[in-house]
Amino acid sequence: MEVVVLLKQVPDTETAIQIGEDKTTVKTEDVKWVINPYDEFAVEEALRIRENQGGGRVTILTAGPERAVEAIRTALAMGADEGVLINDPALEGADGLGTAKVLATALKDIPYDIIIAGQRAVDDDGYLVPAAVAEFLDIPQVSMVFKQEISDGNIRCERTVEGGTVVIEAELPALFTTQRGLNEPRYASLPGIMKAKKKPLGKKTLADIGLDSSEVGPAAARCRVRTLSFPPERAPGRIIEGETVEEVAGELVRLLREEAKVI
Amino acid sequence: MAEGVLVLAEQVDGGLRKIAYEVVSEGSRLADVLGEPLTAVVLGSGVEGIAAELAKHGAEKILAGDDPALADYTTDIYTNVLCDIVKDKDPKILLLGASTQGKDLSARLAARLDAGLAMDCIALKVDGETLIATRPIFGGKVLAEVAIEGTPQMASIRPNVMEIIDAKKTADVESIPVNPGVGKTRVLEKKVEAAAQVDLTEADIVVSGGRGMAGPDFSVLEKLARLLGGAVGASRSAVDEGWRPHSDQVGQTGKVVSPNLYIACGISGAIQHLAGMGSSKYVVAINKDAEAPIFKKADFGIVDDLFKVVPAITAEVEKLKG
Repeated sequence: MEVVVLLKQVPDTETAIQIGEDKTTVKTEDVKWVINPYDEFAVEEALRIRENQGGGRVTILTAGPERAVEAIRTALAMGADEGVLINDPALEGADGLGTAKVLATALKDIPYDIIIAGQRAVDDDGYLVPAAVAEFLDIPQVSMVFKQEISDGNIRCERTVEGGTVVIEAELPALFTTQRGLNEPRYASLPGIMKAKKKPLGKKTLADIGLDSSEVGPAAARCRVRTLSFPPERAPGRIIEGETVEEVAGELVRLLREEAKVI
Repeated sequence: MAEGVLVLAEQVDGGLRKIAYEVVSEGSRLADVLGEPLTAVVLGSGVEGIAAELAKHGAEKILAGDDPALADYTTDIYTNVLCDIVKDKDPKILLLGASTQGKDLSARLAARLDAGLAMDCIALKVDGETLIATRPIFGGKVLAEVAIEGTPQMASIRPNVMEIIDAKKTADVESIPVNPGVGKTRVLEKKVEAAAQVDLTEADIVVSGGRGMAGPDFSVLEKLARLLGGAVGASRSAVDEGWRPHSDQVGQTGKVVSPNLYIACGISGAIQHLAGMGSSKYVVAINKDAEAPIFKKADFGIVDDLFKVVPAITAEVEKLKG
């Protein structure tokens, strides 16, 4: 079984994000970079599929800057077999569709039965790239999967929907995106880290995969960030005090009803 | 020449969802600004009857794609059908709800149409010929104002944020032919979670518990949530402890919620949690620790034991509801 994980390197969720001078990007210095948390589930699930299917290969595919090598190495240390990084300065400012075109084009040279991606990246919260990759490859997609089973060339997925879950079946090759609860990602072991250093990690430019920046770079972007800002700060809240807990609760309920008008 | 606004009004099991009214209302507002018509599309099986309802929220034209193949949502068939409609109607702007279905569908559709899509928007406006969307990124720590170019300009809107307007219009429902095409995925089974009648991401009121719950018994929160018609959420630490399922987690790597009222019980307010609930209209924090960061993000705070306070609130609400 050939499994490909679409992986993105993102700022750690504990990072306080700073907006850059240009007001359209965020500052990247002093940021701790990690594997997108939803992509960690994807790596873990890929390793389990390889184990359950009695063999195969797990390839990590990333589009990003040079530092993304660290995230790929971490995935290799977890147990993935090889990594591919598409790194091209022309991709700076690409939108989700552009990134998806890059990944889908790179996948022409990588065999796959299953592609796994995080349901979203926790930096741009775009939810767009995995579905777009599936569309460009003309394969089915299942979003927000928390359980999956593969047999006889089919994948059976349980996915989250509002107020419940749905069981969906698709023929392979297929792409699915991860949801919390799918698995508990393993840590990279020390031997794993040592081995990862020797695993193949290919680096390619847009020209290497036969794309031109005019097709996928900022010039082709359909979505452009005009400005970034911080959400308005909430006015300092009111601490409700009183003699008894009943009195406090009564005052809160009155405020929620009469002032906020939310109950 | 592209013209007008087209919206997909989402239904499930033959009933319009709340997000459908929000999408139609927002579409109507944008169509008025453009001075162009608003068309609402409903897809499903046996949906012609419910579609007329959308006129009351501003739809001037309503299209019903009614076909047994559309009974259950599947990405491929819905993309095929909606793609046909968009190519036929050639709208300037296309809006969907950012529900689990809407995110899945709009992403695939944007790729097929090679159209710009801003996902999970909390505000939209038109600047000349360009749709400008505001969307939270980094889990809500930052707001991005994004210009969407090309045709159509697509946006999906976050549930529970856009105001539902009362337009008192009438419109005929036009039944349109549907070509489902090839379905690559099949729905085998649907399960409704007994505990999650109201989904967190769409709930008007969310009552969440954190480490201060000190165990898996969330019954005091469940009772209040039920009474208020809301949903129960949890912080990452409560989920990590195994007290609540992953599907209840509110935060940057969990669910992002935008209720009218968020009641945080025994939650300290880590940055990831604040990211997931930051766009709530009103926040109430209940925590024994007066220094908890959550109080800085709360409109109303109560410094006391949640196991005393929450039942007292429940009793007050019960009195109110008589």
